[in-house]
Amino acid sequence: MAQTNSVGQGSNGVADESPNMIVYRKMEDVIARMQDEKNGIPIRTVKSFLSKIPSVFSGSDIVQWMIKNLNIEDQVEALHLGTLMAAHGYFFPISDHVLTLKDDGTFYRFQTPYFWPSNCWEPENTDYAVYLCKRTMQNKARLELADYEAESLARLQRAFARKWEFIFMQAEAQAKVDKKRDKIERKILDSQERAFWDVHRPVPGCVNTTEVDIKKSSRMKNPQKTRKSVYGPQNDVRTHSPTHTPAQEAKPATEEQLQDQINYWGGQLDRHRLKMSKVAESLLAYTEQYVEYDPFITPTDPSNPWISDDTAVWELEASKEPGQQRVKRWAFGINEVLKDQVGREQFLKFLESEFSSENLRFWLAVQEVKKRPIREVPTRVQEIWQEFLASGAPSAINVDSKSYDKTTQNVKDPGRYAFEDAQDHIFKLMKSDSYSRFIRSSAYQELLQAKKKKSKNLF
Amino acid sequence: MGEMEALRKEADNLKDQITEARKVVQDTTLQEAVAGTALVGRVQLKTRKTLRGHLAKIYAMHWGTDTKFCVSASQDGKLIVWDTLTTNKVNAIPLKSSWVMTCAYAPSGNMVACGGLDNMCSIYNLKGKDGNVKVMRELAAHTGYLSCCRFLSDSEIITSSGDCTCVLWDIETGTEKTIFAGHLGDCMSLAVSPDFKMFISGACDFTAKLWDIREATCRQTFSGHESDINAIGFFPNGNAVITGSDDATCKLYDLRADQELVTYQDSGIMCGVTSLAPSLSGRLLLAGYDDFNVNIWDMLKAERVGVLAGHDNRVSCIGVSSDGMACCTGSWDSFLKIWN
Repeated sequence: MAQTNSVGQGSNGVADESPNMIVYRKMEDVIARMQDEKNGIPIRTVKSFLSKIPSVFSGSDIVQWMIKNLNIEDQVEALHLGTLMAAHGYFFPISDHVLTLKDDGTFYRFQTPYFWPSNCWEPENTDYAVYLCKRTMQNKARLELADYEAESLARLQRAFARKWEFIFMQAEAQAKVDKKRDKIERKILDSQERAFWDVHRPVPGCVNTTEVDIKKSSRMKNPQKTRKSVYGPQNDVRTHSPTHTPAQEAKPATEEQLQDQINYWGGQLDRHRLKMSKVAESLLAYTEQYVEYDPFITPTDPSNPWISDDTAVWELEASKEPGQQRVKRWAFGINEVLKDQVGREQFLKFLESEFSSENLRFWLAVQEVKKRPIREVPTRVQEIWQEFLASGAPSAINVDSKSYDKTTQNVKDPGRYAFEDAQDHIFKLMKSDSYSRFIRSSAYQELLQAKKKKSKNLF
Repeated sequence: MGEMEALRKEADNLKDQITEARKVVQDTTLQEAVAGTALVGRVQLKTRKTLRGHLAKIYAMHWGTDTKFCVSASQDGKLIVWDTLTTNKVNAIPLKSSWVMTCAYAPSGNMVACGGLDNMCSIYNLKGKDGNVKVMRELAAHTGYLSCCRFLSDSEIITSSGDCTCVLWDIETGTEKTIFAGHLGDCMSLAVSPDFKMFISGACDFTAKLWDIREATCRQTFSGHESDINAIGFFPNGNAVITGSDDATCKLYDLRADQELVTYQDSGIMCGVTSLAPSLSGRLLLAGYDDFNVNIWDMLKAERVGVLAGHDNRVSCIGVSSDGMACCTGSWDSFLKIWN
């Protein structure tokens, strides 16, 4: 079910609007379908005691509709998505400030598009003050302030003490206008207005879904687009958020940039591309080989410390005696041996027994120098050169002449990557020669068998 | 402006040719190739620990390499190093700027780094002489926010920034060694390859780029996402790249085939991906979303096989420990949770 993402893009592929917008649009697509006359959720007026409850549907109605019409498998998923949409303010429970979806007879109502979050609302505290004040002027049980609202009103009265007369007047004017409205219309509008504030001034402990990641908000391009004034022109009140530095304008690509792109893509055109079948095969093979080592798929033995509170598996790992599963892994590839400390030690031990350890020692030395602080690098490079590559070197390694020449040059002005070419060459040699001999060696085979025997003894 | 028009046409023409060249090797799709493989069984991970202590939104977390320690960064202006097994706080480091967006643990365990709206990457020495954790270096040169940082060693660190560049720094001297420029939008995330020779970056220009650290060049560029790429990671063997975006999808790109293999999406998922991590074998992809959940995907079959629901606000960061035993999630609800 493809959702069209009409993200506004500048010519450099930079989005014009906040990432929340993408989500709002998707939700609004669903809302439109929910409100469809034929296939949407049936909306009705319910008779209750002496009055009518206009324009509502139940939580179960929503859940049923979602399971039937969206690609949703079960009630849990429906409740999750439904609660998300309620938290964003697209529909709301008419008798609760907390915006969640319940799979029962609780009544919900749709929010009016005026109050949708996609209008980029950032309502000011002065507006909230007018709203709360207005509520206290009307003698309706349903409009009574909740505790947290009463507290907010008290706080706002202190904060806006100087302007309170103005705020009060606005509230009075609003209340007057509201009184003139049709009773049923008022019920609906009042609930929608309340739901709006439940989104922008949520109940303490509830999530404020209008929050934007600071990485994104510092990029947002159109602060002018945001609507701050719900009830009319207000004085500016600074809210507590990081300053919205206007993001850089998306400049159309310059001639230089286009030329760079052309050079880059030109260079990419003839690169070698491996067949998809080979790639898929390789990915499948890798996951299959490692699945027994993946604790999320195969339970670990000994047990996972977080589940059993027993750290035996880590103690085993730290001990110098490698378990069979661990030794088996060394045969997967040379990288497995090299990244396991015990593997490296065993590999080195084996090569020393053959008097051919210089390649590995060189490789390890070069890895080590790459991590050194830059001031120690030149000395270390010289030491490695003397030990492995200089004429008459005690641990002479065999490098192809091209790499040797390059390395000779590099060593004159030694940096971290002085031995990169030589190291690559030696790595290939080790992989095809010393490593394969190690895996076939009796020393390795013994390690592989050793734990098998031991574990048998435990039983 | 005939010349500009000609250049634009040439650039578009080349891109079309590359699309064709990529099609040439499409002798199958990943879906077809794994049709005979069974779906991984339903994955049900439970919260084993909840790390409480931050007082505001958590924006980032990173596991240490060999230990069960991790570091987290929160808008309460603190970096906390946790012993995730005991849930004890090993260090609580107060930051100069509370607008922190990223943190990293050095592979050696000796240092942590963080940065954010201050445009700087601050390095802290955890193993100082008197036991106090102090700022060791402040790497300042970026002209935009610091979105992500990752250590190569105790001597070098790579950062990504809202100024559209990534930088390799020498920590000792506090200087920029290499600037990786090429993205046309804020760089949001980076990941280093298992062999430490390359890294990938995801940006707000909707592309991911593979960089050669030593040569300082952009080796490959991957596109296809329809919005900002917020999260990026390597497949465990280093041959493929996983991205997560505001367009609510994750994608798998293969380096050798030079193209997208599969997209992980579901019409029921509307919110953007904030973070991702593969399981040890690469068979599972754990991704954190703005809808407060983590979805677990079978990476080969591209179907959802699990959900981690436990946070009360957006999941902002996720990580799998190096031995694959635990997944840690951090959220705007100020808690970190350990799952397995």
